[in-house]
Amino acid sequence: MKLTSLKAFEEWQALLSEREKGASGVRRVRICAGTGCLANGSAQVKAAFEAEAIRHGLSIPLEFAAESTGCHGFCERGPLVVIQPGEIFYEKVKPEDVREIFEKTVLRGEVVPRLQYRDPNTKQAARTSAEIPFYARQHRLVLNRCGEVDPFEIEAAVSRGAYRGLARAFSMEPERIVSMIKDSGLRGRGGGGFPTGVKWESARKAPGRHRFVLANGDEGDPGAFMDRSLMEGDPHSVLEGMIIGAYAVGARKGFIYVRAEYPLAVKALQQAIRQAKERGLLGRDILGTGFDFDLEICRGGGAFVCGESTALMASIEGRAGEPRVKYIRSTERGLWNCPTVLNNVETWANVPHIVLNGPEWFRSMGTEKSPGTKIFSLVGKVKNSGLVEIPMGTTLRTMIEDIGGGVLKNRAFKAVQTGGPSGGCLPADALDLPVDFDALTASGSMMGSGGMIVMDERTCMVDVARYFVDFLAEESCGKCTPCREGLKALQRLLHKLCSGRGEAGDGERLREIGSALADTALCGLGQTAPNPVLSVLRYFPGEIAEHEAEHFCRAGVCKGMYWPRIDPAKCVGCGACKKACAAGAIRGEPRAAHAIDRAHCVTCGACLEACPFSAITAVRREDPE
Amino acid sequence: MNSQAVSTAEAPENLAFDLQDLFKATPRHPRFLLPLLQDIQSRYRYLPRASLKLVAEHLGIPESRVYAVATFYKALSLTPRGEKTVKVCLGTACHLRGAASVLDALSRSLGIPPGGTTQDMRFTLETVNCLGACALAPVVTVNDRVYGQMTPGRVAELIEKESRHEAD
Repeated sequence: MKLTSLKAFEEWQALLSEREKGASGVRRVRICAGTGCLANGSAQVKAAFEAEAIRHGLSIPLEFAAESTGCHGFCERGPLVVIQPGEIFYEKVKPEDVREIFEKTVLRGEVVPRLQYRDPNTKQAARTSAEIPFYARQHRLVLNRCGEVDPFEIEAAVSRGAYRGLARAFSMEPERIVSMIKDSGLRGRGGGGFPTGVKWESARKAPGRHRFVLANGDEGDPGAFMDRSLMEGDPHSVLEGMIIGAYAVGARKGFIYVRAEYPLAVKALQQAIRQAKERGLLGRDILGTGFDFDLEICRGGGAFVCGESTALMASIEGRAGEPRVKYIRSTERGLWNCPTVLNNVETWANVPHIVLNGPEWFRSMGTEKSPGTKIFSLVGKVKNSGLVEIPMGTTLRTMIEDIGGGVLKNRAFKAVQTGGPSGGCLPADALDLPVDFDALTASGSMMGSGGMIVMDERTCMVDVARYFVDFLAEESCGKCTPCREGLKALQRLLHKLCSGRGEAGDGERLREIGSALADTALCGLGQTAPNPVLSVLRYFPGEIAEHEAEHFCRAGVCKGMYWPRIDPAKCVGCGACKKACAAGAIRGEPRAAHAIDRAHCVTCGACLEACPFSAITAVRREDPE
Repeated sequence: MNSQAVSTAEAPENLAFDLQDLFKATPRHPRFLLPLLQDIQSRYRYLPRASLKLVAEHLGIPESRVYAVATFYKALSLTPRGEKTVKVCLGTACHLRGAASVLDALSRSLGIPPGGTTQDMRFTLETVNCLGACALAPVVTVNDRVYGQMTPGRVAELIEKESRHEAD
């Protein structure tokens, strides 16, 4: 059924949300079907629930509904299952658990304690997701439908408010929408932090017959997956934002550029576009307003540089994704030299909320210069890994200690890496830094797309710098010399430092080449590429110096640059290290202190990782056994 | 950047005939170059040398441009790939949680270096910079099946399981 007027949409929307309310008596099981939970077998869990319902003679969907939802964000604990009524939350559910859940929780409302989430620090069980600190401290605005609705059903999204922002937008003049976005202070969530409204205004004013709106879903930063979850879990929020943007700037065609590595996101977006077209929310004469807008998906080809705006446009045009110099902004001459608005997926998903609730409301969240919320992917050596949406200005400490539950195995926190390969590593004394665009940039890192990678004492900062430079050297498109050659020079120096061949002055050379690269590279990739190196030089000069002068790696990561040593006072003789040692270099009787035979040790670091009591440390090569 | 040698493997017979349906469904506009190459890649698991010429003719662009795009993007390959592509994520979160040792173990068990294909054409081993499943680190995918929280010890089990599967 195609909706041909705003009134028809409003009636449909009201009907669906009524139906949603009316269905609250139905027993429901929501099973996460994001990439993370699917990998852990959530499809089999869903099938098991359906089989149980049939076995108990319940009619589907009148009495029982098993629904797949998009990503809840707490991927490490998957498959996640939420049972209505009561919002009872279970983690790591296996098909074998389903019968018990069905008989106890679905039919009788009792909980199954062994499947409940337990706080890693207090061991307290949580009945609903609201009781889990990971969720309780979040402010889920953009992610509000993720994990709650079936991403493959437009009706589910509409019953929960999708496209209401669009309907409101159509009651306004396009200029009014542009000024609303400007007033809201929304800044690009892809990392640049450029004011979105300014972009829109510039594209709207630029002369030209055709205009385009693009969504950047080429989430290449390693350690970031908020865009994937959003596209997979609530594709309609991205579509809605783009349709509003197109109406505001006067575009009739848009593209969503999705990473090659995200097949499920492509599938969800394709289905969303198809269903939106069927309903008259996309295509010709949208909701009878006379406004035409069409959307197409472009699959990326697996090149990190395509996340850069001009490279992304080159890729859509069917060329190799190489950036160009931006003498002229792409808002004036972008895709096929036409005025183009390119926003990140998360930025687009913020738009409907602003149109619906107004700029003042949006400004009431976050900080003055960075209003609103931001989604982060909190990963690495942290207890609760997953997606976290919080108001801007929240401190790193709140994020890592309260939401993330602290460092894995209660090890000492060493650094947090923000902003992906263009960002930097911040040390423990930066933990009280409020997270917003400006504070992070001032500290020598950046917001980036929102990757937040926690590192502990077992992380070597020189190795981390080497890792990012290796990554960027491989992904550099090679068009400009500073990036192509500068990264190779940095790479050589860092490999030298990490293999025990460091020489005096290497740190200084890193600084010199890094600064030159930042000043001279053509595009954002090259200009920010030395950030990981420069931030390690700034905050962890001691580790660079140890690698350079003493050929010592205190984290026990760089091979041959340390010896692992067991502290006999701390060792309880559990044998975990002995089991982990592939070289057979660890001796010791059960329950007696173990020792390492240096003649056989290959410094792989497996024992350091395996010891549950932190009894093994990395010592200098010249230190006694 | 991708620096693969041009494949010497034999192209499927009657390539032009075999690709007719794809060409028919693809408008003759240069912007469809990448999608068309992706379609050919997913059909043969690589881009046969002869297909580049056919694509250039269909889209009305120089063959050099097709070659430039075919060698720029990592998802495209000019050498034949195995039935199953094993991708080891080397994203930051995976790196920190030991992806390098998982890659070593896979490389040893399959007997091929990263980027290589087994002689029986069953497996290709690749690395990828972040699959966006960081909470499951370290992650390995085989075609599109995701294996989370991998360890070197679970590699044998993965290969055994995947060897039993028919081709996808």
